[in-house]
Amino acid sequence: MSTFYYAAVERWPRQTWVGRVGVALGLCAFLVTLPPFRVNAPWVPVLIGLLAFAAGIAAVSRGQTRPGWTAIGFGIVGIALGLLATRASSSNLDQVVVWGALLSSTLQWATPLTFAAIGGLFCERSGVTNIGLEGMMLAGAFFGVLGADSTGTWWGGLVIAAIAGGAFAAVHAVMAIHLRADQIVSGTAINFLAVGVTGYFFISHYGDRGSPGSLPRIPDVNIGFLGNVFGSLSLMIWLSFLLVILAHFTIFRTPIGLRLRSVGEHPRAADTVGISVYGIRYAAVILSGILAALGGAYLSVVFVGSFNENMTNGRGFIALAAVIFGNWRPFGAFAAALLFGASTALSFRLAQSWGNASVLFQALPYVLVLIAVAGVIARPTPPASAGRPYVKQ
Amino acid sequence: MSEAATPPPTLESDPEAYAPALSGFYQRAGGIVTPLITAVFAFLMGGLVVAVTGHNPIDVYKAIFNGAGLNWFFHFGSYHIDVPFTNHHVWFWWDTDTNKTAAFNITQTLITTAPLILTGLAVAFAFRCGLFNIGGQGQYLVGAIVSVYVGSRFVEMAHIPHVLLAIVLAAFAGACWAAIAGFLKATVGAHEVITTIMLNWIAYWAGSYLFGRGGPLQNHVQVAVPISDDVVPGARLAAIWGNPALQALHSGIFIAISALIAFYIILNRTTLGYQVRAVGFNPEAARYGGISVGRNFVIAMAISGVFAGLAGAIDILGWQFRLGVLDVQVSNIGFIGIAVALLGRNTAVGVGLAALLFGSLFNGVSSRSIDASIFPATLAGNLALTIQALILLFIGADLLIVYVWQARKKLKLRPAQETE
Repeated sequence: MSTFYYAAVERWPRQTWVGRVGVALGLCAFLVTLPPFRVNAPWVPVLIGLLAFAAGIAAVSRGQTRPGWTAIGFGIVGIALGLLATRASSSNLDQVVVWGALLSSTLQWATPLTFAAIGGLFCERSGVTNIGLEGMMLAGAFFGVLGADSTGTWWGGLVIAAIAGGAFAAVHAVMAIHLRADQIVSGTAINFLAVGVTGYFFISHYGDRGSPGSLPRIPDVNIGFLGNVFGSLSLMIWLSFLLVILAHFTIFRTPIGLRLRSVGEHPRAADTVGISVYGIRYAAVILSGILAALGGAYLSVVFVGSFNENMTNGRGFIALAAVIFGNWRPFGAFAAALLFGASTALSFRLAQSWGNASVLFQALPYVLVLIAVAGVIARPTPPASAGRPYVKQ
Repeated sequence: MSEAATPPPTLESDPEAYAPALSGFYQRAGGIVTPLITAVFAFLMGGLVVAVTGHNPIDVYKAIFNGAGLNWFFHFGSYHIDVPFTNHHVWFWWDTDTNKTAAFNITQTLITTAPLILTGLAVAFAFRCGLFNIGGQGQYLVGAIVSVYVGSRFVEMAHIPHVLLAIVLAAFAGACWAAIAGFLKATVGAHEVITTIMLNWIAYWAGSYLFGRGGPLQNHVQVAVPISDDVVPGARLAAIWGNPALQALHSGIFIAISALIAFYIILNRTTLGYQVRAVGFNPEAARYGGISVGRNFVIAMAISGVFAGLAGAIDILGWQFRLGVLDVQVSNIGFIGIAVALLGRNTAVGVGLAALLFGSLFNGVSSRSIDASIFPATLAGNLALTIQALILLFIGADLLIVYVWQARKKLKLRPAQETE
């Protein structure tokens, strides 16, 4: 079972055309708004621009730096120009406000994904598959609310969320590392366990009163000169930016990161040179639970302000998708989280003008990952022993 | 459990050291005892949670047992049962009158069990080919969507063809949905766990779109309600036990049982099944033996999808008769199928029994069945999910059972683990 995990994936030849397609899409995002096409709906250039952005991420995180960044740039510029063009035709200045709000909404949706994705990245880089991210996020969401409510402080909520997420991850770690259980089964079990346990304790603890109303909020960081979008973002959003940089530095520039990667790529070789494979894997899995739980706590304590049953609603799987789409690299995963956050934000933003069909934007991350793993754009290359238990000799 | 102190014998270094113990263990215990221990252990831990939160676990489990209608089997008497297609009755030792709570509850348990058998088979069949089909939920949803579409259209069709058309198209849709994952695995090596997870969520959002307000398949009469049109009476499965107005047991249970038999026959008595199992045991050896591994991946996934699609169809045509956005979003029949398959050890009999266990558990905790004065249904539902998760957790780690089993012998084993 799990020995099959990724076993059939071969290294795929690098394709330069992905970036070029992205560039072309970025151009199209603007062109469709011009004559003879004259598309008036603002979502059309946005969607095309996002696809260009996606192609750019795919290319950059697979080593095609130059065409990739060009595609990302073209995507952003295409969106901006396309929006300008559609706005010029409708001459509606309110749109500026709307799209500024969309940007901040994107950041808000992307933050829980970023935390969980970076967590998942550490876990998978160490060679343990983690499809239990969803459950660990959900645990963080509930215990964050419980902690913030019972301690009366926001950091108390975060600490308790982190402990809970770490505990769920520890279960996964014992199952996956020492007991060599199938990591997919174990991850699925973690997801169910989190739904059951959080739902059970939520009802047994808050049953009559419902979810607590006034939670202590995590403070916003006010930086006046950055304007009204970046000027007042939650502390957690800034922390997520910091986390991405830190994760990149740790994984690629420190001895710990080298050990982590070697354990994920070739555990036997790592063991031979004296690296504790089990130790690194335990640390990475538990760290992934802590980070995913912080993402979940952001969702409940900061973003929604309360808890309801199964509130993560697939965001852990989107985070997993971000890890895969970002090719197991922190900045790739972060960019993918931003992209997927944008798709969620858009689906809510477009609900008024576009009606029910806007929920299809919620499916965009999954479709993109399906396309990516199919190798149509650029195939992700997972850590070589992700999903394979290691037996000490 | 630390292995650091004394390195255990491994397969490579010393196969004889544990081979007899291992095979003996599996022959004696692996088939039945491991799942049993796992389930008992999970129920005990669930009981612990119940006790910690201030309820009496024995009362709670009794309430679930009665809520599932399992007490029905213990009430013997002198009753009558109708013989199908005639006006005769024959003597029967159980009371089949569904106006009585226990008999009604057992019909509801069987209604839940039928799709669980099918989604369990959907996971089990792919497993036998070495594939982890985690996408039973998506395939179930696609089947449900197609069957509700066909069942609510084509009003002028006759009963039997209409039902057949809805079922066949739903099964086909499930097969196609699953075959995407099989195809990607066969052609580009994309891992089926990732692709099926993605396909699950795509189906989830597609369903939310189709039946959402203003969606293409949303109810034509109640335009404010995010739900599908009703399945017309002519496309509904026949009720076989109970009052149709109060949700009777439908003939979908026969489809589920036939699927169990079909699963057994396909796997054990056909060339296709032989190939599927060969690929599942060792794809390289199968390839060397002239079996097309990729083709079997696609076929195994498609057959899995047929099972899951059928589950969606019998739920819609049997008792739901409509599909709403909420139904799409809260349904987890396909996910429970994973636990059903694993607890049932991917065999036909095992899947049937495990589906009955989970069907009883999940029906026993439903708000309609459980005695709310003993244990609130909202808590009970989460308890059931927890127990299911614990079963999944422990069944995935049969090494844990081995550790417990062999604890006195201080043997550290490593079963079912191919060395790379």
